[in-house]
Amino acid sequence: MSGNMNLTLKVWRQKNSSASGKFVTYKAPEISPDMSFLEMLDVVNEGLVKKSEDPIQFDHDCREGICGMCSLVINGEPHGPKRATTTCQLHMRSFNDGDTIVIEPFRAAAFPVVKDLAVNRSAFDRIQQAGGYVSIGTGGVPDANEIAIPKVIADEAFNSATCIGCGACVAACKNASAMLFVSAKISQYAMLPQGQPERYARAEAMVLQMDEEGFGGCTNTYACEAKCPKEIKVTNIARMNREFFNAEFIKG
Amino acid sequence: MSNFSNAFSSTLGKKLVMCLTGLFLSSFLIVHLTGNLQLFKNDNGLAFNQYAHFMTNFTPIKVVSYLLYSSIIIHSVWAIITTLHNRKARPHGYAIKPKDGSIWSSRNMGILGTILFVFIVVHMSNFWYQYHWGETPFVEYRTDLNTGATITKEIQASEFTEYVSYIDNGIEITKSKDLYKETQFAFQQWWLVAFYVLGMGALSFHLVHGFQSAFQTLGWNHHKYRPLVKFIGLWVFSILIPIGFAAIPLYFFLLK
Repeated sequence: MSGNMNLTLKVWRQKNSSASGKFVTYKAPEISPDMSFLEMLDVVNEGLVKKSEDPIQFDHDCREGICGMCSLVINGEPHGPKRATTTCQLHMRSFNDGDTIVIEPFRAAAFPVVKDLAVNRSAFDRIQQAGGYVSIGTGGVPDANEIAIPKVIADEAFNSATCIGCGACVAACKNASAMLFVSAKISQYAMLPQGQPERYARAEAMVLQMDEEGFGGCTNTYACEAKCPKEIKVTNIARMNREFFNAEFIKG
Repeated sequence: MSNFSNAFSSTLGKKLVMCLTGLFLSSFLIVHLTGNLQLFKNDNGLAFNQYAHFMTNFTPIKVVSYLLYSSIIIHSVWAIITTLHNRKARPHGYAIKPKDGSIWSSRNMGILGTILFVFIVVHMSNFWYQYHWGETPFVEYRTDLNTGATITKEIQASEFTEYVSYIDNGIEITKSKDLYKETQFAFQQWWLVAFYVLGMGALSFHLVHGFQSAFQTLGWNHHKYRPLVKFIGLWVFSILIPIGFAAIPLYFFLLK
């Protein structure tokens, strides 16, 4: 088919978490511009399987940009060159025929490589488990309008809640800091009535777990905000700081 | 539940230390520049030397100055601690440096800070050390209180015991270490002037990120006041103040 692209890929290959990896160059011929980036990798993998080679391992699940499973640093940018787009929603028309594309895993001490481009992001799960929830006693269903929440606050909390926990903020940050993620997860409850009883205990527990996992600190470069596929704002980080300092110095 | 050691050992706590010491140091710049503007007075340094004596002998100011010296050290040491911690968080870097839309100074605060630290060491040994323990020239001002005319005379170390200011027969006599002369002398060297101007360039870039960043760290980023913080950070701290300081060596080099 005309309009297809021939690409060269430089892909990070690493057998397991303890092996030292290296870049391997692959040809990706006849790639349709309408494919997603992951479909392009599927095609390359089919070729590898046919040659009885080990296919490239990469994370993916919903391929709709909502699950947070896909990752990849494409030409130095987490989730590639498009703003507010996950790798699975990135189309090959964002590239040109003849391009060389360098594909690396998310790099962070807290995100060890499992294999090739797949990294272990269970550090995020443990941060969530430390306090990123609301403990509720079950009972009768409350009336929908019993707890009035102003629209602007509900919207702001919802914006924070759109974080899919993909880890692009960590990948983009020069310090591999997880603060955009953690702050979004703290913020989504800090603004709503349901989150109040555990508000400060949550902030403290999640921040301390974040440190425990070995993420770096924030130096306010705001690279995370620029690369977040869900456009989570750094105002969340300021809110997390307020919540944490309140927890430590005033309310704790 | 919580305790202070948790608060300060956490990544957020370390940021808080950087932020508070940084803001304190920034506030000092205003005081320092305001005082130093007296160097531009055409009085052979009378006002400036009186000011220098006051700043080094008034007890509350001395207390604040020790807070200031410790802030410089804490700010530098904590910067090294956090930088090492942050490096450890990414042991394996990227083959291609991420393009991330961040401003240059936000990524290079360490380099800028190192330049500033060297600047502060040189600056303090040039003036602060010299004034306290080094050899300075001495000066005597005789102001006729009726006419307001001042006669300035350099005096020898043997004629000087301590700072005095008294009125004798309608003439106000001030004997002082001459830090003004010291300044004038230092800034005859072109390379020192260049070094000071470069230092102020580093200060400008350090504060264009640092000032607004401190407010973000404190969690003070209300959308109503954020533009004001950014405005002050840019126009006052990274333009007006560095230019004001840089003007001093240039003024002495070019005009004195």
